[in-house]
Amino acid sequence: MTSRSIIINPVTRVEGHGKIEIFLNDIGDVDKAYFQVPELRGFEKFCEGRAAEEMPILTSRICGVCPTAHHIASSKALDALYRVDPTSAAKKIRELMYTAFLMEDHALHFFFLGGPDFIVGTQAPASQRNILGVIAKVGKETAGKVIRLRKECRKIMETIGGTAIHPVFGLPGGVSKPLTEDDRKKIKEVAKYGVEFYRFALKIFDDVVLKNKEYVDLIAGDIYKIKTYYMGMVDEENKVSFYDGQIRVVDPDGKEYAKFKPEDYLHHIAEHVEPWTYMKFTYLKNIGWKGFIDGKDSGIYRVAPLARLNVSEGMTTTLAQIEYERMYDTLGAKPLHNTLAFHWARLIEGLYAAERMTELADDPELTDPNIRNLPKEAPSEGIGAIEAPRGTLIHHYKADEKGLIRDVNLIVSTQNNAAAICMSIEKAASNFIKGGNVSEGLLNMVEIAFRAYDPCLGCATHSFPGDMPMLIKIYDKNRNLIQEIGRDY
Amino acid sequence: MNNFEPRIVAFLCSWCSYAGADKAGSSRKTYPQNINIIRVMCSGRVDPQFVLEAFKEGADGVLILGCHPGDCHYKEGNYNILRRYHFLKKVLMELGIEEGRFKLDWVSSTEDDKFVTIVSEMVKNVKSLGPLRNEALI
Amino acid sequence: MIKPKVAFCWEASCGGCEEAVLDLNEDILKVIEAVDIVFWPIALDFKYADIENMNDNEIDVSFISGAIRLNEQEETVRLLRKKSKLIIAFGSCAHLGGIPALANFWDRESILKKVYREAPSVINPEGKEPQVKTKTASGELELPEFYDTVKALNQVIDVDYYLPGCPPSPDLIMQTITAILENNLPPKGSVIGPAKTLCENCSRKDSKPDIMTLKEIKRPHEVIIDPEKCFLAQGLICLGPATRSGCGERCIKANMPCRGCFGPTDNVIDQGSKFLSALASIVDFNDEEEIKKVVDSVADMTGTFYRFTLASSLIKRKRRLK
Ligand code: SF4
Ligand code: SF4
Ligand code: SF4
Ligand code: FES
Repeated sequence: MTSRSIIINPVTRVEGHGKIEIFLNDIGDVDKAYFQVPELRGFEKFCEGRAAEEMPILTSRICGVCPTAHHIASSKALDALYRVDPTSAAKKIRELMYTAFLMEDHALHFFFLGGPDFIVGTQAPASQRNILGVIAKVGKETAGKVIRLRKECRKIMETIGGTAIHPVFGLPGGVSKPLTEDDRKKIKEVAKYGVEFYRFALKIFDDVVLKNKEYVDLIAGDIYKIKTYYMGMVDEENKVSFYDGQIRVVDPDGKEYAKFKPEDYLHHIAEHVEPWTYMKFTYLKNIGWKGFIDGKDSGIYRVAPLARLNVSEGMTTTLAQIEYERMYDTLGAKPLHNTLAFHWARLIEGLYAAERMTELADDPELTDPNIRNLPKEAPSEGIGAIEAPRGTLIHHYKADEKGLIRDVNLIVSTQNNAAAICMSIEKAASNFIKGGNVSEGLLNMVEIAFRAYDPCLGCATHSFPGDMPMLIKIYDKNRNLIQEIGRDY
Repeated sequence: MNNFEPRIVAFLCSWCSYAGADKAGSSRKTYPQNINIIRVMCSGRVDPQFVLEAFKEGADGVLILGCHPGDCHYKEGNYNILRRYHFLKKVLMELGIEEGRFKLDWVSSTEDDKFVTIVSEMVKNVKSLGPLRNEALI
Repeated sequence: MIKPKVAFCWEASCGGCEEAVLDLNEDILKVIEAVDIVFWPIALDFKYADIENMNDNEIDVSFISGAIRLNEQEETVRLLRKKSKLIIAFGSCAHLGGIPALANFWDRESILKKVYREAPSVINPEGKEPQVKTKTASGELELPEFYDTVKALNQVIDVDYYLPGCPPSPDLIMQTITAILENNLPPKGSVIGPAKTLCENCSRKDSKPDIMTLKEIKRPHEVIIDPEKCFLAQGLICLGPATRSGCGERCIKANMPCRGCFGPTDNVIDQGSKFLSALASIVDFNDEEEIKKVVDSVADMTGTFYRFTLASSLIKRKRRLK
């Protein structure tokens, strides 16, 4: 056997770092690509014994990029655990916090991470495929705009949650602090700016991506296409919903496959373990784990922006709805299986978040001081779900009568996409490695596949200016290094 | 059956318990030699960090003895340690250090017999619990 | 002037410390101008070989966030130590072990078992668990080894400075960077931040009665929290008396009590027991039974008092009872 292996290490990091290993077969084509997550911290275990009400504070430390998602999913799990419904104002404050988070997080991805691939160019050197390259291409004010959006959103998050990183405001039955009229004024301004910002971002997407045939072909083409199921949260009218709703699954043809309450997730979602990664792979339980393959017979599904749009019948806000329709009209299918359309969907969601923030800011109830319902019942079991920027997130707790946690289960957003990420990488790699020849674009093209998902493993790539260095090593069957493709930056 | 000789650190209030231990010594009452006595001005002077430090440095048990309630030379010192003791005991138990390894009691300057009984029982208890350090603490 | 070479690197962390750097907002541009960043967080092990090829002490300052949980992390920080003039433990995880060190209540085996075999959504009839080495039909794959016990950075390498907080506040980050640039750092081993306790700076400290007494301990979800009154005076556990100030009272401002992420003040080793003493001294009972009742009403005492510091406190992990 003349197997060769290519190691791309690290692609990026989860809390440690991700690794991609590509093995070639006898004729030098890709045999198998492994996407490894070499990190584990074990929250599911070490939260046992903790006081239940502390869970939102503890679990936000799962990820410093999407702490707000964990914090709120956890608060919702506590509502259920104590069987206490938050006051209406509290729900609105939580959701408002969430829109601020979504707005800044999606913007960050587009301008710092995934976007540069397009804006600067897929073949541009990595040293330019970052925010600095974006600035060079679309002008300096753009950077100012992104920094401003991030700053303003995070100020709102600080007001509500104490800090933007690791907020502390969530309690079973409500939130810790009401909002004032002054806060509302500021929020309204930020929301208005957010709408402008996302229209501007979508315009950039139009001008730079959609008017470029090469990119459109890339988005629509086969290299970045896998046909999977999709999962996301929807409201009663099957419109995209982030804070609350039912979880809907559509099959690769777009037909509803399942729709269930988050409490019932164990009937629908299962996790598969592989010995070569610390990440578990989720799949549709009733179809089963069939390995890393796509199609209707495989239980692999995808989550996050494109998946949410695929499972829904539209957006609840006007401008986002227009963009939603435009995306499906332009790309001409639903569900869209084109991995790169995740970028477009992300911007549409950003626009939605800004519009939704406007609605909430106009809601008289937002400043209602009645922000807590105190739990009256003894705690037992609770499940809370939310749509994190990177997909469906579920927290599931059991507690004893003293309110000490006895059991924790977490379905974390990126996990849902992990199997699909493996496949997308393998597919992109297969296209660029033939007969043992590794073509120039491999690095870029594998990166692009990976980045479209904005995997939370990419946390670290949210660092300024968001380079994603890679190294490909090619070994002969004895693991002697015979070729090395690095990158200057 | 068990050759293990536990090491016990005892913090003794100088006004009463230490005097009690002294009396036991001078009246030639025998008690196990496993205890290392540290004399403190008042049981209330024992900082929880001292106790943790003792365990960290290899003690298999820690004993604190003070004046009887109401008799503390500094009035409140022994109530203070009583409260701390119960908090600290809970922390120790949550960290897997058994109840029997950490004791608080009152011994006056005349209670040499009581001193001997407390020490002997503590040593016996800790002996049956075994060494603390079996790869437990780093 | 030659710009100082700076590296950022993270170990068992959440990435929040890196986000905190981004939260410098416009100031980040000043930082970028003033220093030469030789590694981005994620660039690090990609350039592992490059670091190896560097001269010893070639990097001026390495900021390391995250606790030490895997063998690979230990190797990386050892290498960085060799190549760096200064090592700064950045954030609670590196400084004190942080939240990941709550895993020290358990051990390797129980954690792997829970995550990969017992979790209710896992279907794993063969009982597979991640392995350090896995042979596949195509070739062998490797994973770093998962340790039994989480360690703070200074339990693995020598650390020059500590930047406290989960995450550190932007003010302190800027202050540190300025001190580096102006060559104005405090003595080696210092924790960068005020020497006072949080209580001393707290906006609620005036509502703290001179002689504080406490008869009952409550949990945050059980009561409507007064937005102005000292938490301890309301019967809520607040680690302010045993915590270093410098965070800007973030939690307090959100009407939630402090959980101690800035760690202990100078000269205190064991933040948890320091708080325990402070709390015990205000319990308003002398009767043993009453005291016990109060003690029992504290939920998860160790996990709360040692929330961020278990790995670096006097007793670093739960003992394994055989
Ligand atoms: S200190 Fe806090 S913010 Fe920093 S890595 Fe650790 S958990 Fe995340
Ligand atoms: S105990 Fe907490 S609320 Fe009270 S003064 Fe100290 S920090 Fe402030
Ligand atoms: S109030 Fe306490 S827990 Fe909150 S940020 Fe400040 S030091 Fe950390
Ligand atoms: S003086 Fe003996 S206990 Fe205080």
